[in-house]
Amino acid sequence: MTAPWAAGEDPKVYPIARSGDLVHIRQAIRALAQQSRLSLVDQTKMITAASELARNTLIYGGGGKVTAGLVSANGRRGVAAVFEDSGPGIPDVDQAMTDGWTSGGGLGLGLSGARRLVDDFRLDTAPGEGTTVSITKWAR
Amino acid sequence: MSERIPILRIGETLLVSVQFDLEDQMVLNLQEDLAEQIVSKAARGVIIDITALEIVDSFVGRMLATVAAISRVLDARTVVVGMRPAVAITLVELGLSLGGVDTALDLEKGLAKLRQPTSSVLR
Repeated sequence: MTAPWAAGEDPKVYPIARSGDLVHIRQAIRALAQQSRLSLVDQTKMITAASELARNTLIYGGGGKVTAGLVSANGRRGVAAVFEDSGPGIPDVDQAMTDGWTSGGGLGLGLSGARRLVDDFRLDTAPGEGTTVSITKWAR
Repeated sequence: MSERIPILRIGETLLVSVQFDLEDQMVLNLQEDLAEQIVSKAARGVIIDITALEIVDSFVGRMLATVAAISRVLDARTVVVGMRPAVAITLVELGLSLGGVDTALDLEKGLAKLRQPTSSVLR
């Protein structure tokens, strides 16, 4: 589950419609990761995971949006990002989560790699119903 | 919009310093420009400096691997220099170990690597 957004800090929505948007999303996630005092390595992991998932949303989902913001739970702070598209969905989730498997021209590391880089990872999808991927990285 | 990253030439070496976060199209342009210039400038070596890059995702990682492979086919060698420790950790965890890509910690070591005989660099 996506943790509750931190009180008083509304998450922002960023469009994912063209490849230039990926640059803005990386910048936004970086700013949030610094705000929540993630370590440098954890910042790098979160930004990289977001970049992979945003590109998936663009290429495989036909575009969509990401909602990103600070989260807090049990006295911890972190960054969360929810990527949503209304594309074709993923028919075989296990296959899509396998390293090296791709339905497009990529390396097949986006989903599986992004999951390894974050603390919480949730994938909701069904054929014809789009895909939502939620990730969270907590400050240690 | 097709901004391009400048490619400098020093003798037989092409030098690219990536100074900011790249859009995907710029990444692809760089790949093509390098292939073209290896041939047109008869370059034997390519140095890609990524000191300024805060992240390398699978798209940029694939470009680095592709440039390394293209340069090999064109009788040149590519060395990627200046990768930050956090970037290295993230790339490996992501699943990209950049096999086949030569690296050096900084520009000076990268140039030294290019001066070594080919056999000691190629795996």
